Amino acid sequence: MPRYLLTRLWQSAITLILASIVVFVGVRQLPGDAALAMAGEEASPERLAEIRMQLGLDQPLVGQYATFVGNMLRGDFGASTRTGTPVTELVAATLPVTLWLAAYALIVAIFVGVMLGVLAERFRGRWPEWIANGLALIGLSVPNFWLGILAILYLAVTLRLFPASGYTPMGQDPLGSIRSLTLPAIILGTSLAAVIMRQTRASMIETMKTDYVRTARAKGLGSGRVLFRYGLRNSLIVVVTIVGLQLGGLISGAVVTERIFALPGFGKLTLDAVFTRDYPVIQAVVLIITVGYILINLAVDVLYSVINPRIRVGGGS
Amino acid sequence: MALITTTEPTFKADVELGSARGRIWRSLRHNPLGLAGGVLLAIVVLVAILAPLIAPHGPTEVNFAAPFQSPGTVGYILGTDDLGRDIFSRLIFGVQVSLQVGLLSVALAVIVGTPLGLIAGYWRWLDGIISRLTDVTLAFPFIIIAVGLAAINGPSLGNAALALGIAQVPTMIRVVRGETLRLRETDFVLAAKAMDASGLSIIFTHILPNAGSAIIVQATVIMPVAVIGEALLSFLGLGIQPPTASLGIMLSDAQQYISRSPTAAIFPGIMIAAICLGFNLFGDALRDALDPTNTRRK
Repeated sequence: MPRYLLTRLWQSAITLILASIVVFVGVRQLPGDAALAMAGEEASPERLAEIRMQLGLDQPLVGQYATFVGNMLRGDFGASTRTGTPVTELVAATLPVTLWLAAYALIVAIFVGVMLGVLAERFRGRWPEWIANGLALIGLSVPNFWLGILAILYLAVTLRLFPASGYTPMGQDPLGSIRSLTLPAIILGTSLAAVIMRQTRASMIETMKTDYVRTARAKGLGSGRVLFRYGLRNSLIVVVTIVGLQLGGLISGAVVTERIFALPGFGKLTLDAVFTRDYPVIQAVVLIITVGYILINLAVDVLYSVINPRIRVGGGS
Repeated sequence: MALITTTEPTFKADVELGSARGRIWRSLRHNPLGLAGGVLLAIVVLVAILAPLIAPHGPTEVNFAAPFQSPGTVGYILGTDDLGRDIFSRLIFGVQVSLQVGLLSVALAVIVGTPLGLIAGYWRWLDGIISRLTDVTLAFPFIIIAVGLAAINGPSLGNAALALGIAQVPTMIRVVRGETLRLRETDFVLAAKAMDASGLSIIFTHILPNAGSAIIVQATVIMPVAVIGEALLSFLGLGIQPPTASLGIMLSDAQQYISRSPTAAIFPGIMIAAICLGFNLFGDALRDALDPTNTRRK
């Protein structure tokens, strides 16, 4: 087992290094001269040279990369060129909103997806399965940002069930915070729920056909216990896999969801930075999301190897 | 003399393709949902191709005298938006844009992903390098690729397609690699190897044609993702720029005046959903038809 984890760790480390190189090179592809941007158009060549030296732009590329990695590791992302606020402060203010939203969406998606998947398996060929399948198909085909717009229009504005937009911080009013994120979380979780439902259904159908389930039934085990002990335990593996695979979609979805519901999260920070060409912020955002994504995927794989013994024994990738 | 029986997929690629085509048709005939998806797709593609002929107005034709017309108004079947542009015409041209971006990103994923997948699956010593490249690409969520490209090149249709395509390359590599791994152990490849065929000729005559169906199925999976992705990027301002008619831009415009004219936000969404539903239904049916382990529907 440690062998698999070691391989996986080593791979993640390489991915991290390569990804940081991609970001480093990408930032140098951005239009505009950083020194010129800081000093202004009329700056003398001497002044420009001075700023270049300060920024380390006169160093060879390898040296610049080392400085870049060093700064990132120390959490020094520079300051926003637009507001002058340190990027770390901006991140600290927005990231919790997005993490909270994503976690909430994940819980909703897993709960709804697994429930519908189990229902579909239990009632194969009857109307509950058709409804569950139909919902999954809609969840996959309907863009969630459109659902979000409709939800605001009908559930928030017309029926006033939820606040239409805005965010209440968790520390201020926990209940209000949950209320303000419920609709966004449902919308964000829709397509994930659809994927989870389909896979849960498929995995349950497979599991229920196995010999050990038949044996358990023959021993007189109630259908509820068979379902929980064998069916659901196996679909847990499926759910973890799906969550790992769909994480990127969740991040992208969060950016849009925040835009629709006017949530002051990481996605809003990202979009604002792109539209105002706030390069230090863009660099930080890209790096943080990428590193976070790689680490979470690693965590998912580790979790996976814990709950699925077949992976541990096999070793390798 | 004993009868010689041969197992199904054997020596010639086009035999396999022919039988696959037959299988698709036979399977589709017993799969009304898949058939419906196919019909839906055919309509969508026709509408996109014939857009200039069908649309009663130009997609960016402004009529300040008639903003916010409700659906059913004479001359404007689905009404007009805030600038008096015909929503029906914009929808039709929006579909064209969606499919363009979808096709471009699928093409990118296929053109880049297929050779890399074949190489990674066939020459195992290159697998490590290609797998690391895949991992790095996968390390960037698609929105981040789009953000980066928009920051470097500025947002555009090409950028949206590029970002969506790049994001889909890794899955394409994995699908083709998996197929190659499976096929290189088959008897006909082993036979070709025994006859001293070169790696390249084995790939082109035996592996690629047989991996074709997996590539096609994956392409039908990518299409709806790309269509939604385009709408999403354009909605956020990272893709196609106004005033071009894109379903995403129409949605983002409509959100501004949603309480005044909710229908303007409803049609583009239905259109996106219809395109994706078509691809999802048809893709599912195709997968069922081409999956050799699925004998239920044969």
